[in-house]
Amino acid sequence: MKRKDFIYYTGLVGLGTIAAPSAFGRSIDPKEALNRVDVAIKKELADVALNAARSKGASYADVRIGRYLQQFVATRDKKVQGVANTENYGVGIRVLANGAWGFAATNTVTKEAIAKAAEQAVAIAKANSKIQGEPVQLAKQKGYGEVSWKAPIEINAFEVPVKEKVDLLMQVNDIALTNGASFVNANISAVNEQKYFASTDGSYIDQDIHRIFPGFNVTRIDRASGKFKTRGSLSAPMGMGYEYMNARPQDRIQGVTTRYKERYDILEDVKNATVDVQQKLTAKSVEPGKYDLVLDPSHLWLTIHESVGHPTELDRVLGYEANYAGTSFLTLDKWKSGNFTFGNDKVNIVADKLQKGSLGAVGWDDEGVKCKEWDLIRNGVLVDYQAIRDQAHIIGHSESHGCCYSQGWDDVQFQRMPNVSLKPGKTKLSVDDMIKDVEKGIYIIGDGSYSIDQQRYNFQFGGETFYEIKDGKIAGMLNDVAYQSNTQEFWNSCNAICDESDYRLGGSFNDGKGQPAQSSAVSHGSSTTRFNGVNVINTARSIG
Amino acid sequence: MAILSKDDAQTILRKVLAYSKADETEVSLTGQTAGNIRYARNAVSTAGEISNLSLGVTASFGKKSGTATINEFDDASLEKVVRRAEELARLAPENPEYMPLMGAQNFRDSIGFVDSTSKMSPDSRAEMVAQSLKVSKESKLEAAGFLDNSSGFRAVMNSKGMFAYNKSTNVNFSVTVRNQEGTGSGYVSESFNDVSKLDTLKLTKIAATKATSSAGAKAIEPGRYTVILEPLAASDMLGGIIRGFDQRSADEGRSFMSKKGGGTRLGEQLFDSKVTIYSDPMNPELPGTTWSGDGMPIEKTVWVDKGVVKNLAVSRYWAEKKGLKPLPGPGGGRFGGGGMIMEGGTASLEDLISGTEKGILVTRFWYIRMVDQQTLVQTGLTRDGTFYIENGQVKFPIKNFRFNESPIIMLNNVDELGKPVRSGNVIIPPMRIRDFTFTSLSDAI
Repeated sequence: MKRKDFIYYTGLVGLGTIAAPSAFGRSIDPKEALNRVDVAIKKELADVALNAARSKGASYADVRIGRYLQQFVATRDKKVQGVANTENYGVGIRVLANGAWGFAATNTVTKEAIAKAAEQAVAIAKANSKIQGEPVQLAKQKGYGEVSWKAPIEINAFEVPVKEKVDLLMQVNDIALTNGASFVNANISAVNEQKYFASTDGSYIDQDIHRIFPGFNVTRIDRASGKFKTRGSLSAPMGMGYEYMNARPQDRIQGVTTRYKERYDILEDVKNATVDVQQKLTAKSVEPGKYDLVLDPSHLWLTIHESVGHPTELDRVLGYEANYAGTSFLTLDKWKSGNFTFGNDKVNIVADKLQKGSLGAVGWDDEGVKCKEWDLIRNGVLVDYQAIRDQAHIIGHSESHGCCYSQGWDDVQFQRMPNVSLKPGKTKLSVDDMIKDVEKGIYIIGDGSYSIDQQRYNFQFGGETFYEIKDGKIAGMLNDVAYQSNTQEFWNSCNAICDESDYRLGGSFNDGKGQPAQSSAVSHGSSTTRFNGVNVINTARSIG
Repeated sequence: MAILSKDDAQTILRKVLAYSKADETEVSLTGQTAGNIRYARNAVSTAGEISNLSLGVTASFGKKSGTATINEFDDASLEKVVRRAEELARLAPENPEYMPLMGAQNFRDSIGFVDSTSKMSPDSRAEMVAQSLKVSKESKLEAAGFLDNSSGFRAVMNSKGMFAYNKSTNVNFSVTVRNQEGTGSGYVSESFNDVSKLDTLKLTKIAATKATSSAGAKAIEPGRYTVILEPLAASDMLGGIIRGFDQRSADEGRSFMSKKGGGTRLGEQLFDSKVTIYSDPMNPELPGTTWSGDGMPIEKTVWVDKGVVKNLAVSRYWAEKKGLKPLPGPGGGRFGGGGMIMEGGTASLEDLISGTEKGILVTRFWYIRMVDQQTLVQTGLTRDGTFYIENGQVKFPIKNFRFNESPIIMLNNVDELGKPVRSGNVIIPPMRIRDFTFTSLSDAI
């Protein structure tokens, strides 16, 4: 399969502003992909970069030697659309010279090319310093020496034969088509980042990160009415190996449809999807108005991502993203006041780079900072942001939060969202009990259309499936639902949060930010949560 | 050197093809040099450069294909990459939609490469940004922007005698200017093949004026309004519509181009008669590649003529299956294939404003997402300068709105089209549209 197709298909399954993976990944034999670069060689190459940068006048330098593997298996109906195996290998060097950043990268992994790239990075830094405002202030960071971190996976997805994946996906499609679907696409994406980081602080960090994202989309067409509806999978992208594909009984959440915890059953989900998509074709159109919303974690992750994750990014708050991703309504004065009620006291939102199985989990970030967990919203009050080394001083911190990331060796690292998750309720509460209390509401499963303004006040979200709740009971499926709200009003309308037995991760496999745009992967955990009195619109229109 | 001439590319590709033992082989060379500089809070934040050259080989045995790529060019590496592609092809599943490669074609030379753009350097980029910063600093405003340029080429040769070559340059500039109180914001964004057309000082002045004039916005009720869309706003809303002009998804019943009961809307009056849309890779303002990824020449194609759907893109596979003539869509190649061009009139933006009794002027839209694939209803918000118009004059800035609207409905509600200009990768006129649906207010600035 051609590279452009690979990117296209990636776009189909991704969320967020899609940033294509680095453009020059090469196709690779799946067996060859399992070979690794020796750590001793990487250290030697890293030292070449650091020494070259220092000798040209850099006051700080870091080097990332990255080998990024991606596998994408795509099927449509009864055919394999494509199988892509790509490797992207190269070296990126970031330097501080005359108080300004410079960055250069090369995919020629030789000592000569690396030294030249380091020199080029210093030259760029010096050119920038002429029009630089205040010099960069870098939070101090201790060196960790030679250390390593590996994602705790059970099955390396790259060791699973492509044929096994193809066979599984063809089975998914077969189930869909024999159960009435008009069309079906099914695919599996796997990522392995083999990252080596070294800096003039004295760290040499070798890390092995894995991600997986299976998914499908079922379409059903009613020729007579000219209508078509789709139902996407309820899987989540995970920081896991192929073990994610082996669902155990304890991973299934039963209810209006089955949802999944730490493992996923794609064959069961696609069968459920064929039932849902048929119902969607005849479901009634929603009456606009105020509803109590019961939001499943497979849906709520995206609302958390957009309305909490992004506005608490310090670079947005400061204006560094003003020209692309936007700024934030969570301005520094609100944080400094110590009493800005982002939500009500039920709302506790935590940032972390540690949670097992999450997309954000890693040992050290891409500027050599050890990862941790910290509070963003405590009892409804804004208490912190997401900051990296050159921002920490702005909010009076002496160290970075450890959330610096680059999508590849050829892109400069910058502040990226860690996992941002809503803590479960402390008292026992099941979804059924939550629904019993709802007089007029909508239960939303899965993510759909999403849009939010550049300061993260006004948002609109759709979903995958919508169920009307009448007098404490599910009363059938609805169509054409989207809710609009203001972030602060919404989180202050949070009325109940289910307990931790319902806690699940959702996430974005491709979250976009920065110029040039970069993609990152991030998880968001929550339990089912209720928000009272939210404005729901009807999105149906006629085009003749 | 990442940008190879036609002759140099041909020499390498011939050599690679000579190693091939497959039934059919296609070889491609792609090279790019790119640089960028980003700034925010009136200071440079990051900058970088990258250059790369890559060779790809797709070998096919029957309907089984495999692709391998490499960025080393010694003879041994070239042979190795061919062998690897052949090996992968033998292991691959059969593609029932495989189409035999095209034979020799006559492709026109593209006109998208401009020497001066290819010669941009870290220093010249920094100087262009300095011009932009001069405006924001002198006006005591805050600028955040991005300037990037790239030069690229792609050459393809196959075992049936087809050879295609395209090279192009691109420069993109965008800047957001905000006032220090955070109560006003302005934006401009322009793309060119030729850097001499880019004036960062002039463009930043436009954004600065918007930032100042949008301060102190008043709230008005959401609802249906006549809107005047600047070319940027119009391209935000309509730029993607052309992707839906696809025969296969229309035939399959899962497109706005599908007809109730089966068939497509080809030949139907789907839009207002003022709407004419075409693509043309030889347009000097928006040059594109002259050949498609599957080896077909790309010609000027009219998609909508006076509101009537004239053509839908047809892949070679679908054409054969349905007995149709294949027709590449716009943007058939990696470097853009000549995007959508929408015809208009001669009116300026000011003329459109002065002819408006009551309406809303929209600078741009933001965070547009599809709400309903069937009707193409999209949601998003206005941003960086939204103004109330009364009796032909801009009266005051207004708070931003969220909209829910379909471009199909919009193009049926066209009141007047102005003079088209390039905006990003489309050419589009400013336009006055009736009954545009705003559904809520946003506090965002």
